[in-house]
Amino acid sequence: MQTVSSPVTSGTFSVRPERATLSTLVVRTTTSENEHMKQEQMEPTPAALAESHPKIVIQDMNFFYGTVQALTKVSMPIPANRVTAFIGPSGCGKSTLLRCLNRLNDLVDGTRIEGKILLEGYDIYDPGVDVTDLRTRIGMVFQKVNPFPKSIWQNVAFGPQLQNVRKRATLDEVVEASLRGAGLWEEVKDRLHASALGLSGGQQQRMCIARALAVNPDVLLMDEPCSALDPISTGRIEELLYTLKERLTIVIVTHNMQQAARVSDLTGFFLLGELIEYDDTKTMFTNPSDRRTEDYITGRFG
Amino acid sequence: MKKFSVKKFLDSGSLFIWLCGGALGLSLLMIGGLLIIIMINGMGYFWPKDLIQFTLKDGSVVLGEWVATETIPDSESADKPKGNERIQLKIGNRDLYGLDFRWVDQTDIVNEQFPSDVLAFERREWGNFYGRIKGIQEGEILLASGNEEGMRVLFSLLERTNGIQKQIHEIEHNEIGELNHLLEQARLRLRSLEMSDQSGAEERAGIEMRVQELEALYEVQNTALIALYEELEQFRMTAVDVSGEEKTFQFGTLVKVWLPNAMGVGEKLIMYVENFWKVLSEEPREANTEGGIFPAIFGTVLMVVIMSIAVVPFGVLAAIYLKEYAKQGLLTRMIRIAVNNLAGVPSIVFGVFGLGFFVYAVGGTLDQLFFAEALPNPTFGTGGILWASLTLALMTVPVVIVATEEGLSAVPREYREGSLGLGATKLEALWRVVLPCAMPGILTGLILAVSRATGEVAPLMLTGVVKLAPSLPIDGFFPFLHLDRKFMHLGFHIYDVGFQSPNVEAAKPMVYVTTFILVLVVILLNMAAIALRTRMRRRYAGSSV
Repeated sequence: MQTVSSPVTSGTFSVRPERATLSTLVVRTTTSENEHMKQEQMEPTPAALAESHPKIVIQDMNFFYGTVQALTKVSMPIPANRVTAFIGPSGCGKSTLLRCLNRLNDLVDGTRIEGKILLEGYDIYDPGVDVTDLRTRIGMVFQKVNPFPKSIWQNVAFGPQLQNVRKRATLDEVVEASLRGAGLWEEVKDRLHASALGLSGGQQQRMCIARALAVNPDVLLMDEPCSALDPISTGRIEELLYTLKERLTIVIVTHNMQQAARVSDLTGFFLLGELIEYDDTKTMFTNPSDRRTEDYITGRFG
Repeated sequence: MKKFSVKKFLDSGSLFIWLCGGALGLSLLMIGGLLIIIMINGMGYFWPKDLIQFTLKDGSVVLGEWVATETIPDSESADKPKGNERIQLKIGNRDLYGLDFRWVDQTDIVNEQFPSDVLAFERREWGNFYGRIKGIQEGEILLASGNEEGMRVLFSLLERTNGIQKQIHEIEHNEIGELNHLLEQARLRLRSLEMSDQSGAEERAGIEMRVQELEALYEVQNTALIALYEELEQFRMTAVDVSGEEKTFQFGTLVKVWLPNAMGVGEKLIMYVENFWKVLSEEPREANTEGGIFPAIFGTVLMVVIMSIAVVPFGVLAAIYLKEYAKQGLLTRMIRIAVNNLAGVPSIVFGVFGLGFFVYAVGGTLDQLFFAEALPNPTFGTGGILWASLTLALMTVPVVIVATEEGLSAVPREYREGSLGLGATKLEALWRVVLPCAMPGILTGLILAVSRATGEVAPLMLTGVVKLAPSLPIDGFFPFLHLDRKFMHLGFHIYDVGFQSPNVEAAKPMVYVTTFILVLVVILLNMAAIALRTRMRRRYAGSSV
């Protein structure tokens, strides 16, 4: 297979190029929606952007659980600062692909991966890659809401503490910035040291987003983040995605067609481990080129 | 009317429910019965019973505490027809009668009385004496004669002699104990100087000087001790039993005197609590059949604590490797089976292993390396509380491994993935999220381990338990915790008192008391662990563990 321009083939690659720091985060998330819309009109389509400025490039990826092939020849670029949605019926491999992006599948015994996944040109499956470092760059929010049985503060500070941030004042700052980033600060600022398990489901999920933001990732993977939430909580998280994509690349797996249509810029449709179609969300939902995509989106199967 | 159908009844499932309920009920009944029997017999021991005086047909008089009433087993003789009852009395006065207990046939009893002036004497030898005072002497002087006058002198004198006894105990255990300890240290130092090649003549001279000083001090203490003993021997008492037999004994041998028949319920209650406390806090006397069981309680608890300190880290680490790091396959499956089987190995086998490995191999080597000056007396090369605790830790480690593994499996996968997704390494995820959530499971393992270890006797008999330990494993001499010492244990105490005692009948209440306290210790240790687990569970309320 052709190697894409990868200057480093061994050794740990340097993790953090210039990125938004937490102090700028608070300012930047206040960008108004109008501005955002304006930008949208001026810029090329997301699909074109994916080709020209990919954050992540997946190349000819095959994935196996033991002898069962879960993904077949998946190739797709994922653009920076956009929301990319993976849709498809259960068992089509979309969650597997998502979990490949931060190498969580490494934990499952007997899995095998072929092909390449490049993050800003570097192969994340290169043996020299520090996996824990990678996971701080690619955060994840899970389908099953998973606050640790600790206080809200401890939950959000968990990631920074792992990176040996010890100073209380710094941690306090990070916790506040992250909770603000996840739109939860106002609701929990008075009970930061209460158990996170006392929050409502929607709040817990936003706290999990804040926890992921606290390590300041480039990419946020979301595995059906709203499947266990009520419509109001879902709405709040979807709103959050609009502001978060200003500084993050977001990949979201969803079963909810409307959600994909509402929040994503690009949509990839998976079926039986294959990427059937991948295009701008508008195009996908109005004028899909593949018959199977149309059938799935219109609810004829799946 | 609806017809009863067997098939319908069986299909309805109510038979099954009845079976389940019955099985549970039966289990509860057995457990409850066991506890109640132990409690009644154990708790009854502390109650100061009335002294009954029977006048028998042949004119003889018997005085004693009621113990039991039972139907006379089948007998051939005509004057004892079937179905009659007989009464067992604790008549005490072993030095006069040779036996403490006597059966009295109900048919032989002419008269039953509760004389209010009879006294019960608890003595340091020969068991209790029941009877009256004839006279109290100091040297050749008669202080009191007769029961009434005797009682007036008795209690103040008893206070005085008990004070002297206390002083003697103080000197024997603390003063002389310390001197002995220092002398032994000096002896060992001299011995190790002899063994090493360097001459060290100066140091030797210094030590020998010190030894002489210590021996002089010892002489002083010993003189004081002799004086106290002589003072104590001044006081003698002549007591008389109901049938008029006399017995003179040293006043110093008395522990306690009371008037059971003249005491009210309130006084008896106070004495009941006192007796209970004495058993908990005092050392045993008379081949363990009298006095307290404090050293045994202390030894049991200390042993369990040392065992827990050894077993938890060991078992948890093993379980973590087996569950989290080892590649799951045939080998790990076999190891799991082996671990489960290990839990079923009879405890005496562990005892043999502990004796062979810990005591002889490890202990023997330690002795040669570090305690050579004490040889041929073994230090660690003989049974001791450390080896017993480690043997029990080995015995209970499978329980902790299994419980920890289950605890780890019960931690939701989302917690692991969540922390790994935040850039935690596997160790960090384990240490900061998974293990705290698995804590209740680990504590369940500890509870099971403690329950099993507390009641285990067989392996201890090989690895360090004794019927009477001269000193506790913890004392005021460096290093304070003496892991090499032999110790006493409640379980072994039951066996020893119940089956090795020269006076089985007298030891019976003590067996129940010890059993009761052993059960109490198990319950208390478990409750402490359960309270800890409840706290953990509350803290990690979200986890399903």
